[in-house]
Amino acid sequence: MIKTLTTTVPAALIALGLAAAAHADIKIGASISATGPAAFLGDPEAKTLEMLVKELNAKGGINGEKVELVLYDDGGDANKARTFATRLIEDDEVNAIIGGTTTGASMSILAVAEDAEIPFISLAGAIDIIQPVKPYTFKTPHTDRMACQKIFEDMKKQGIAKVGLISGTDGFGASMHAQCKDVVGEYGIEIVADETYDPKDADMTAQLTKIKNAAGIQAVLNPGFGQGPSIVTRNYKQLAIDLPLYQSHGVASDGFIELAGKDAAEGVRLPGTALLVADLLADGDAQKSVVAAYKAAYEAKYKMPVSTFGGYAHDGFALMVEAITKAGSSEPEAIRDALEGITGLAGTTGVYAMSAEDHLGLDLSAFRMLEIKDGGWTIVE
Amino acid sequence: MSEFLQFLFSGLTVGAVYALVALGFTIIYNASGVVNFAQGEFVMLGGMITVFAHAAGLPLPLAALAAIAATAAVGVALNKLAIEPARGAPVVSLIIITIGASIFIRGAAQLIFDKQIHSFPAFSGDDPIHVLGATILTQSLWAIGGAFAVFVGLWLFFTRTILGRAVLATSNNRLAAQLVGINTDFVMTLSFALSAAIGAFAGVLITPITMTSYDVGLGLALKGFAGAMLGGMGNPKGAFAGGLLLGLFEAMTAGYLSSQYKEAAAFVVILAVLFFMPQGLFGSKSTDRV
Repeated sequence: MIKTLTTTVPAALIALGLAAAAHADIKIGASISATGPAAFLGDPEAKTLEMLVKELNAKGGINGEKVELVLYDDGGDANKARTFATRLIEDDEVNAIIGGTTTGASMSILAVAEDAEIPFISLAGAIDIIQPVKPYTFKTPHTDRMACQKIFEDMKKQGIAKVGLISGTDGFGASMHAQCKDVVGEYGIEIVADETYDPKDADMTAQLTKIKNAAGIQAVLNPGFGQGPSIVTRNYKQLAIDLPLYQSHGVASDGFIELAGKDAAEGVRLPGTALLVADLLADGDAQKSVVAAYKAAYEAKYKMPVSTFGGYAHDGFALMVEAITKAGSSEPEAIRDALEGITGLAGTTGVYAMSAEDHLGLDLSAFRMLEIKDGGWTIVE
Repeated sequence: MSEFLQFLFSGLTVGAVYALVALGFTIIYNASGVVNFAQGEFVMLGGMITVFAHAAGLPLPLAALAAIAATAAVGVALNKLAIEPARGAPVVSLIIITIGASIFIRGAAQLIFDKQIHSFPAFSGDDPIHVLGATILTQSLWAIGGAFAVFVGLWLFFTRTILGRAVLATSNNRLAAQLVGINTDFVMTLSFALSAAIGAFAGVLITPITMTSYDVGLGLALKGFAGAMLGGMGNPKGAFAGGLLLGLFEAMTAGYLSSQYKEAAAFVVILAVLFFMPQGLFGSKSTDRV
């Protein structure tokens, strides 16, 4: 009796172990700021990942293997993000990580992921995440530098040579402000007024009055996100400033038009992604089907409009799935190599073409210059 | 001239927001000496509940009333559940309790409502009023008028009514107040209900200007607190004047100096005032008898 126990138990255990190994899921880890100050970015990201994983498994997973999502909420805290990244790699033994809603969180995750040699796709904006190129770190959102370039390119086309800046002092506004100042010279445009506001300010007419009176000013650019740009847009109308107003991709959402008011937002231009104007894309557009499918699925499931930020998570996941499928393996090293080799993958943000030197894989064409007309979006050609 | 007027209007708009928040601090402070750091959350609740009640189909005035009533109930709950059980604890502990309450309310609002930014239409339309080349939104006038009305109401309450005096007496000496027959528990509950209602009223008035989301409370409370300190904590006149002055400093600095320095300049002025007049502009000297 005892003998049979000692032989059968280990045998059963081994059998169980083998069975488990055969069904081993592909584990994708995620640390996202679903709550906290960056919640309105992280919340749609987390929802998107959960939805996509479910969809993928219903279709049979990747190469016959199911995908398991291990999702943590770092609350926008970079220290927590580091802890969760460590836990994902050491305890959950994930094959790859998606996440890092804020730049701070992404920087902590990438340090851990690079050490452990686990591929990581960041969902945060800053260019520092992928420049200089780190072997295991990729990202999906375009950078604020690209947004500045897109805006200045459009201004140049309009013959605008002197602009005023009114920037939020939050991280997003300050970073984009710095990037815009850095690239503005390449377009022969001069900044003739440079004002700031606190993201919680109630009124920006003082700053705008000053900008309005700057000599030779031809347009105003407002890098910022949250409610600040909506208030700027309203105050702009209040002061009846008769110059083109450019907003950033930070407020590229229907919510912005609603908050600023249809009348005040009329004529505002901003760089946005294809996701925002899914219905307006030309039939031959490479992104059209991807964007339409994601928008329909998300809005049906969560009963709320899609956001650019959820789109970043969608693209991160799509890149990961593509890489694992192509690699035919879920080994971190193989995923990394496959990620670097992805070209022509249409996501919601743009068409990705990764390379050894470029771990973002997007160019300025990922942005569409949009103009608000009659409370809706139009694409400016 | 039109430039100066525009800076003035900007300052008055921002100042009215600060003054409304600052006025909310007055009653609880007068009743207990506690600076209620959940005051900003009351303002947030006023705005958010109105937004959601309005979206659910209630007409705006009714939604606003519902928001004020619901927030007053939250104020009462805060007193009954968190402040009253800690009776006898030093004021500093009570202040820390209010900080905890503010974090709790913020978290709850995030779950119950959502994480988006909201607004509702201004009461009298979006067309600005033009005065000598400068413009001001009608909602700013609502906010300034509302702040003034609350200020007058509070001033009458504290100087002309028995209940108001009972509040002051409770703050001065709780035991003595009880001995002369004041129901101090009721006074505390009332002061939380009133403070919360004033906060919610502020939220209703300023949301069309500032917009609202679950996390606006902290920023508003800090500015309102600074305004109240500048004017003299606990004095309705001080809260009203302090809030408006703070807004004006900010707008004038942004207009004539640079918007980069506006916060710093405002706080330098506050520090200077408090250095020479530690009780604030309108605060009375408090003397403790030993």
